[in-house]
Amino acid sequence: MSDLHTEIAIVGAGPAGLAAALAVCEHGRAACLIDDNPKPGGQIWRAGLTAGSRSATNREAWLTNPAIPAELTARLARVEGLRVLPAARVVATQNAGSLLLEDASQARYLHYQKLIVASGARELLLPFPGWTLPGVTGAGGLQALVKQGLDVSGKRIVLAGSGPLLLASAATLRAAGAQVLLIAEQAASRQLAGFVWSLRHWPAKLAQAARLRWALRGVPYRAGSHVLAALGKERLQSVRLQQGQHVRELACDWLGVGFGLVPNTELLQALGCALQDGSAKVDALLQCSQPNVFAVGEACGIGGVDKALLEGRMAGLAAAGQVEAAQALIPARAHQLRFAAQLAHHFSLDPAIRQLADAQTLVCRCEDVRHGDLLAYNNWREAKLQTRCGMGACQGRICGAACATLYGWPVTGSRPPIQPTRLGSLLQLETTEAPSS
Amino acid sequence: MTVDVLIIGAGIIGSAVAEACARRGLCVQVLEAGIPAAGTTAAGMGHLVVLDDNPAELALSRDGLARWQARQHALPSQAEYRACGTLWLARDDEEMAEAERKQILLRQHGLDSQLLTADELRRCEPALVNGLAGALRRPDEAVLYPPVASRWLLSQAEALGAVLLRNAEVNCVNDEGEVSLSDGRTLRAANIIVAAGNQSTRLVPGLPLKPRKGQLLITERYPATVHHQLVELGYIRSAHTNDGDSVAFNVQPRATGQLLIGSSRQYNDLDSGLNWPLLQRMLARACEYLPGLLALQALRSWTGFRPATPDKLPLLGRVPGCQRLWLATGHEGLGITTALASGELLADLLCNTRPSLDPHPYDPARFDTWTAATPIQAVEAATC
Ligand SMILES: Cc1cc2nc3c(=O)[nH]c(=O)nc-3n(C[C@H](O)[C@H](O)[C@H](O)COP(=O)(O)OP(=O)(O)OC[C@H]3O[C@@H](n4cnc5c(N)ncnc54)[C@H](O)[C@@H]3O)c2cc1C
Ligand SMILES: Cc1cc2nc3c(=O)[nH]c(=O)nc-3n(C[C@H](O)[C@H](O)[C@H](O)COP(=O)(O)OP(=O)(O)OC[C@H]3O[C@@H](n4cnc5c(N)ncnc54)[C@H](O)[C@@H]3O)c2cc1C
Repeated sequence: MSDLHTEIAIVGAGPAGLAAALAVCEHGRAACLIDDNPKPGGQIWRAGLTAGSRSATNREAWLTNPAIPAELTARLARVEGLRVLPAARVVATQNAGSLLLEDASQARYLHYQKLIVASGARELLLPFPGWTLPGVTGAGGLQALVKQGLDVSGKRIVLAGSGPLLLASAATLRAAGAQVLLIAEQAASRQLAGFVWSLRHWPAKLAQAARLRWALRGVPYRAGSHVLAALGKERLQSVRLQQGQHVRELACDWLGVGFGLVPNTELLQALGCALQDGSAKVDALLQCSQPNVFAVGEACGIGGVDKALLEGRMAGLAAAGQVEAAQALIPARAHQLRFAAQLAHHFSLDPAIRQLADAQTLVCRCEDVRHGDLLAYNNWREAKLQTRCGMGACQGRICGAACATLYGWPVTGSRPPIQPTRLGSLLQLETTEAPSS
Repeated sequence: MTVDVLIIGAGIIGSAVAEACARRGLCVQVLEAGIPAAGTTAAGMGHLVVLDDNPAELALSRDGLARWQARQHALPSQAEYRACGTLWLARDDEEMAEAERKQILLRQHGLDSQLLTADELRRCEPALVNGLAGALRRPDEAVLYPPVASRWLLSQAEALGAVLLRNAEVNCVNDEGEVSLSDGRTLRAANIIVAAGNQSTRLVPGLPLKPRKGQLLITERYPATVHHQLVELGYIRSAHTNDGDSVAFNVQPRATGQLLIGSSRQYNDLDSGLNWPLLQRMLARACEYLPGLLALQALRSWTGFRPATPDKLPLLGRVPGCQRLWLATGHEGLGITTALASGELLADLLCNTRPSLDPHPYDPARFDTWTAATPIQAVEAATC
């Protein structure tokens, strides 16, 4: 396959990537938007089954996703110079200025002058007894399954963990006809009250929270409550929870557990971009430590959709040469960053959450490594070499973050490819040098 | 307290030497700057194989293999020892003649092997490309997972009284039996053994040792795709070239069902990042032999540096001109195989007992240019 060339490459078509693409193209520059899903929208606007043709290659058909705000879609449909590459994954960075992309049928290089990484976040999954039973998923993961067609009508569901995502997920599940028995938030009620009080500085968030609460009226939302174990033989039958001083068991069909979000930084690491506290280290205009690379949205710090939209726009403007316009948004970003700090502060994990696993609990599902196997080690590299923890199919995407939380091991040493890749794709030999800008 | 032996480096070589010394009743300390078994040992393929490019290589690898075989049942299961055997693949009649020559040579050294015709080869490894001329099968060769095997050796030594000091980075050594650590401590021992892999040159300047970069790639799990470790007969040519980059087909079935694909060799590239063009050459080569690889999922690739001497034989013995300062390094691409043999040989020399192998081919003094250029005074001056 012949190589692709673009001025500005954008990885991720969630809110951050879409906003970046819009800013770039509305200022007359060409962009190429890549996402590994068939439809745009990212996590928050994950497309349902009804969202038009899933194999669309032309931009307009691709854009039909009712979950995305109509105004954004309409503007994106109008711009010139936007090329979309749906269902394509960035699997490697060979040299500065080119990405190796893979889709179902082919692999090819994309050469760019500037790159905006809007790779989003994944859920923080932490091990507890029974967490690998069928019927137990991530809280956002369960929401995604439902959006993609899982039938939960009439099913009894418990959501547990931490953060606003539990509420968003509960609302989706309820709208799909599920019976949400309980939302167990590990943060103490005092922390939660502090968070709600802080929301007065972000009226839009407050309104969003109020809407969610209304949609979830009647659903018990318990602070200071966390999962202890998922119980069942072949499949989940019930969940054991700590609620204040009490331990309680609740029969259910599904259990969704997520303890917050972890930025997807594999691509940034492959590019050699510096990280700080687990997300991309960026300057005031979202530039990474490597030249011509920007990071936006959850990839440069968990902060939700408004931060993602704003940062996408700023980086898009900056990459398109509209530096002043981008700078004008710095105060608005500072406001979003304060919200992000509130999130992190008020939903910080109770130390008890780090003690949920027992010696037999699997920490690495790919390689069957148990909590007890890991206790003998005091760093990620040694634990990994000796137990194979993190060496399996997910390459530590899940257990790496879990080990960082449980044992305080910073995760080091990500290796190419960025995601599992067909060997034939790595063999793409027809690379040409990126044209000089 | 002065220990009998201070070993610098807890890779597979330092660990094997530690275990052999501890078994002889010596008081042993092992100094490791980083994490045990996380250097070159963690990057290696773990193929236990007899190579026969020269008699000394053959002797050491044969002895090393025999010692692993003898101890296989003591290894923890996580060391993933599997006697899968090796198939040396011949593409054409010329390589088949090479296979026959190899068989005769191995037989002279008491090593069993079978020649496979093209048909027999196809039957035992159906995933291989059609049209190969045949193969030589070495049934008793094996594979293992080096980091665990290496750590196991060290824990065997520890069980015999050896002491591991972590975070102990050695800055300099001398022939007075003194070792200075970067944290300011000085340790003393009757004998010091430098087993610091590629970093040994830092401690003993002028050492004829160069890092030789290699790259490997591992796939997701595809159990029973390949049954033997598969190596092209051209491998030795690649391993023994002295300059230039080379690749050779070398594929290993892991106990997990994953395929580990090698291998490349490269001097003068000290960057631990991947060299893509060379990786692509290596994979292209692998796909020539196993076309089905193209569709498999690649999980991870990495690089490592083999500590290589000019003649590809290790340095086992005293630093020329020294009494207390010893070397155990330079094992290039065969250090997993030869670790146990090297440990025994060095421990025998140290205890003044007669080694079962002739030690001369591995004596560091064989590089006479080096002996002349670096008397121990120079070593001290440069490192302390
Ligand atoms: C499971 C889950 C569910 C969530 N649900 C909600 C919700 O309901 N409401 C809410 O307000 N927030 C939700 N969030 C929070 C969400 O992170 C933000 O609201 C928002 O979506 C962040 O936007 P973003 O553009 O930064 O990242 P994302 O929306 O995560 O978009 C990133 C996109 O990049 C793609 N990508 C990443 N790496 C590559 C690669 N190498 N190659 C190709 N494509 C790649 C991803 O597949 C994804 O589509 C959820 C988060 C998660 C993890
Ligand atoms: C890609 C590749 C494939 C290979 N495949 C095979 C194979 O299939 N079969 C086989 O037999 N061999 C193979 N090898 C070769 C084998 O891996 C090496 O020969 C062997 O691991 C060398 O071990 P070592 O102990 O000498 O070095 P290392 O493992 O590097 O150990 C040296 C140790 O010394 C420590 N150290 C260094 N400096 C200091 C200091 N100043 N103070 C304290 N500690 C220090 C280091 O931290 C390190 O732990 C392969 C190698 C590579 C790179």
